Amino acid sequence: MKVNLQQLNRQAQKEKPDEMDYFHTSAKGLTDKTVKEISHYKNEPAWMQEERFRAYQTFLRQPMPAWGPDLSKIDFNDLYYYLRPTGQTARSWSEVPEAIRHTYDRLGLPEAEKKYLGGVMAQYESDAVYHSVQKKLEKKGVIFTDMDTGLRRYPEIVRKYFSTVVPAGDNKFAALNTAVWSGGSLLYIPAGVKVEFPLQAYFRINAEKVGQFERTLIIAEPGSFVHYVEGCTAPVYSTGSLHAAVVEIIVKPGARVRYTTVQNWSKNVYNIVTKRAFVMEEGVMEWVDGNLGSKVTMKYPSVYLLGRKARGEVLSIAFAGSGQHQDAGGKAIHGAPETSSSIISKSVSRGSGRTSYRGLVRVAKGMAGCRSNVVCDALLMNKNSRSDTYPTMDIRESATRVSHEATVGRVGEEQLFYLMSRGLSEQEAMSMIISGFIEPIARQLPVEFAAELNKLIELEMGGRVG
Amino acid sequence: MNQLQIKNLHVAIEGKEILKGVNLTIKDGETQALMGPNGSGKSTLASTIMGHPNFHVTKGSIFLYGQRLNKLKPDERAKKGIFLSFQNPIEVAGLSIKHFLRAAFNNLNPESKLSPFEFEKLFEEKIKLLKINKNFGGRSLNEGFSGGERKKLEILQMAILQPCLVILDEADSGLDIDALRDVTQAINRLKKAKKAGKNRMSVLLITHYNRILKYIKPDKVHILMHGRVVKSGGRQLATQVEKRGYDWLGSK
Repeated sequence: MKVNLQQLNRQAQKEKPDEMDYFHTSAKGLTDKTVKEISHYKNEPAWMQEERFRAYQTFLRQPMPAWGPDLSKIDFNDLYYYLRPTGQTARSWSEVPEAIRHTYDRLGLPEAEKKYLGGVMAQYESDAVYHSVQKKLEKKGVIFTDMDTGLRRYPEIVRKYFSTVVPAGDNKFAALNTAVWSGGSLLYIPAGVKVEFPLQAYFRINAEKVGQFERTLIIAEPGSFVHYVEGCTAPVYSTGSLHAAVVEIIVKPGARVRYTTVQNWSKNVYNIVTKRAFVMEEGVMEWVDGNLGSKVTMKYPSVYLLGRKARGEVLSIAFAGSGQHQDAGGKAIHGAPETSSSIISKSVSRGSGRTSYRGLVRVAKGMAGCRSNVVCDALLMNKNSRSDTYPTMDIRESATRVSHEATVGRVGEEQLFYLMSRGLSEQEAMSMIISGFIEPIARQLPVEFAAELNKLIELEMGGRVG
Repeated sequence: MNQLQIKNLHVAIEGKEILKGVNLTIKDGETQALMGPNGSGKSTLASTIMGHPNFHVTKGSIFLYGQRLNKLKPDERAKKGIFLSFQNPIEVAGLSIKHFLRAAFNNLNPESKLSPFEFEKLFEEKIKLLKINKNFGGRSLNEGFSGGERKKLEILQMAILQPCLVILDEADSGLDIDALRDVTQAINRLKKAKKAGKNRMSVLLITHYNRILKYIKPDKVHILMHGRVVKSGGRQLATQVEKRGYDWLGSK
């Protein structure tokens, strides 16, 4: 069914901003036909369609992960795989339909745009609706666009790098993403270009049972720099939803990429994301990853250090309330000599919430002079909260320095008493202790994100905001 | 007027009785000292007045201006104007002192909440008053603080929150002689500076030693032993204790 702007506006005026009709909805469930339809509606080149079909076959063959959180409730046939809210991608903010703008207003998007002056791309459902790239970025040759547009306008770039960092066969969910991907970002930074402000993209799942499968590809040419920021919020729904994204990053010699995510999926979402970066000689990759919402999260941002003196860093925060399982961590694969990595994870479990740190550090034989540092701290708030640590160290080279520290602590009664004796309620005291605990990572976030994170924690504590 | 009144207070921790019938009355503006050997229950009394959840009042009552406190939570007691300077101030990693103190101040003064900018002014003023290192404000609550710094931070909190009843639990431990002078001067100054429309600040000073009493002159001295006040008197009682120890008081 097709909806025009006037209709959308009328809807918005009736103050039902979130009630949207969708331009095209594929039927529930996943078959050859779904994959074909998605590719057909996107009017893709043949090679991408073939890529999708191959990935779909891989998806069917691949087993579900035999480790980690319980995924048995995911019913692949009970999900929609493709939606787009309006007919075409909007070019500027004023052209974005009122209903969608209203929703974004509530997420604080325009302010973020004003502040950052960067290219803002917002993904509503499966497609990028709104997308702007600043002129000065364009002048420098930076490409920042949604992935669908990217494929149309820069097919040679996409074809060259797509699925080279995360092949479809990597895992079942990477295969699924490759088969049905929609939206995400394409970001290309030419050699020597340093983007001095963070580039932001916002994602949101809006309809029940929508699987969101965005695909992001970042290429940082030699000597370039970019900070890419994404944040996700989603309203609460009653039935399960799946978010299976893939992020591929190529950091060429001497380049640096920082990728920051703060996510607050609604508590019924399965959030299973494969994030991986190849880092070449003297390149630097930094992942900053905050996971608050979702029912289950599986996310282990990875750095493959493939050139001498390449460096990788993963900072991860996870917050699990009752009924949630955050299985997060990081991976560092040292595939070249003198490479260094650091994985720092902080997790908070509340009520019956469960956090797991899952990490891997691998140093191949002959890769002398590598260093790796892993720190994972867990904070438990209640007696029935749970945290586990699954660190794997696979070190095949003796000339390596590796350290690993893990702590698990409970919010102390004495800490609570101390703060309460100064006039803070128990909830306020609790959220201050948590904010303090994650502060070393929160301070790495852009200011608004850090503030948003603290607000979300206060909300989680049931405390007031503001 | 009686500000604090403690009547026949019995307190147990994990079923073990620590305080066995304490009586104590502090009038508006008074300073009283509570002395006693280790394990006599001094800190238990302090924490109980503040409302520590693990210290169970099994008998007796605590009143502030005639209002019974027994059932109030620590934050509700703080709002009534009670402040406890901790013997061992607790560390909260990553929690900014200013952020925390402003939140506390605004909770205690809902009528006159301060913006970060206004609070900054108050903070600077008190820092100067207490001769505290300026870098305190940028640090986390007691994280990486020495014993002496922690005690100074307690007094800074007191100066900012402006309570009417201050319980100083071993406020002098860990302080060198200069720091002791600074801290006690500050307490005396705060005591003098009566806030308009408020009652005068009273102090319950808990200490092992006579040392701090040279700087803060108590109106009364009590000796707590085995969970009871065994003797009360004037300042000279502290001097006697210094000379003779506690044993002579306990052998009844």
